[in-house]
Amino acid sequence: MSTRHSLLLGLVLLALLALIPADLTNLGIPYPGLKRYGTYILTLWLVTAIAAMGVNLIVGYAGQETLAQAAFLGIGAYLTAIAGKHGVPFGLCFIGSGIVAFIVGIALGFPALRVQKHYLAFVTLAFSVLAWLVFRNEAEITGGVMGVRDIARPIVFGFKLRNAVHFYWFVLAIAAVLTFALWWILQSPWGRAFTALRENPLRAESLGVDVRLYTLLAFALGSAYGGMAGSLYAPLVEFIDPSPFALGPSLLFMLMVVVGGSGTFFGPFVGAGVAVLLPEWLRAWENYYLMIYAVAVMVLMALFPGGLVGLVAFFTRKRSRL
Amino acid sequence: MTAILQVRDIQKSFGGVQAVRGVSFDVHEGEILGVIGPNGSGKSTLFNCILGQLLPTGGSVSVDGRNVTGLRPSELNRLGVSRTFQLLQVFPRLSVRENLILAGQEHRGSRLGRLFGARDAGLGPEADRMLDFFRLTALAHEQAGSLSYGQQKLLDAAMAFMAGSRLVLLDEPAGGVNPTMLGGLRERLAAINREARATFVVIEHNMEFVMALCTRLIVLAEGQIIAEGTPDEVRRNPAVIEAYLGH
Repeated sequence: MSTRHSLLLGLVLLALLALIPADLTNLGIPYPGLKRYGTYILTLWLVTAIAAMGVNLIVGYAGQETLAQAAFLGIGAYLTAIAGKHGVPFGLCFIGSGIVAFIVGIALGFPALRVQKHYLAFVTLAFSVLAWLVFRNEAEITGGVMGVRDIARPIVFGFKLRNAVHFYWFVLAIAAVLTFALWWILQSPWGRAFTALRENPLRAESLGVDVRLYTLLAFALGSAYGGMAGSLYAPLVEFIDPSPFALGPSLLFMLMVVVGGSGTFFGPFVGAGVAVLLPEWLRAWENYYLMIYAVAVMVLMALFPGGLVGLVAFFTRKRSRL
Repeated sequence: MTAILQVRDIQKSFGGVQAVRGVSFDVHEGEILGVIGPNGSGKSTLFNCILGQLLPTGGSVSVDGRNVTGLRPSELNRLGVSRTFQLLQVFPRLSVRENLILAGQEHRGSRLGRLFGARDAGLGPEADRMLDFFRLTALAHEQAGSLSYGQQKLLDAAMAFMAGSRLVLLDEPAGGVNPTMLGGLRERLAAINREARATFVVIEHNMEFVMALCTRLIVLAEGQIIAEGTPDEVRRNPAVIEAYLGH
């Protein structure tokens, strides 16, 4: 797909996403939009997709491993919640979350450079546990298990985003900018270098690609996406405690990328959709929904390791051959 | 003639096994030097020591008079030294053209400049020229992994020249390539040596290929040089016949 077509597709998707929760009856269209909970779920999907995009950069494109994305989400969420309570504007909290997660990503990545792939996974696993312990035990700063309450929604140009749809549009705009930024990176020679790391690091190094630096960049950029997602998560849920930033959710981020389609651009959106929306749809089955979810994922992985995006691509190719 | 590459007394041990024992040679500009020897004679270990993939136990490697012993492969590549590998090393999910652009992009501008600059890092015309030179134009947009073995070998060699390298080390370029394609590969390598004054060091088991391509040969056996000279001199050397050719 050409650059122009990709941008056009992006704009059409953005417009459609902007319309989903909106009440269109005033425009003569019989669509009342989504209720507050539906809009909340849609916003949560976007926030989750931002963090999953970061994991996809690290895992899907650069071929590394991370089990710490929820910890980076926590760093962004706590930084925004705590700094916000001290009167720091949301914009600064958001940028700060990205920068802090980027720096922590570099600090974590440096020693981990000697131990790539599975060993890197264990380094990030250790960090994930450490971050969760800090969130839980440093109660004076983080509120411990009691968490941080009454996190304010952002004020944009003097307009407080109390309304769920307004906040959704705000998150959608940020998600669009971050999606475009990642698309730009992946289309540039940097994206080609990240792919080279995944496909053949030995050959990449012999062609002048600084494997260490690009690994570090992929890891730090992916972590920064986690931090920024956390910064949006805190005002969305308005209360944070350590549980969403533990090891389990980090594993779920990996699962999202794999289920959606690792190394595909839309994979994280699809994977995040499955992780956020499927439990809602399967809630009617109460205790069985996790079991159904697990079986569905196992069947998908066994038959289509390219994930749902790979599955769609497979059927599209098959149809075009008919 | 100027020596581009100077290898001095290179030694490499793995525990008690001495794989390379004090190998020294020079490679001059525009030369095609062949390195031959039976399996286990230390050719690939020597290559890996020269190219920074292994740290030699002793000795030194200089490029254009600068000591580069122990430099990482990416740093050596930026000094104009590239290589191919014994086993195919292309990027299977990238297109043939993308493989070539990737092979040259790290030499173009600053890293930050590459992020905001052209998608092909300004290497599109150069990649097209290389595709044409190695007769791969018709396959430019195919995934590299879908090419035949011989075509991937051609691409592998073409990638080594994308960075404008002055010195290219080819590790068994003829390995697994069918005889028809082999003639084309040899002819293309000879042409690039003639036209761009590129310098090669070639490890090869295919005697016909190496004798036809190389201007000078060194012969390794048990980690040391046992003979050196033109292909004809080497062919007649009794030590080589004894140790390697066996007839």
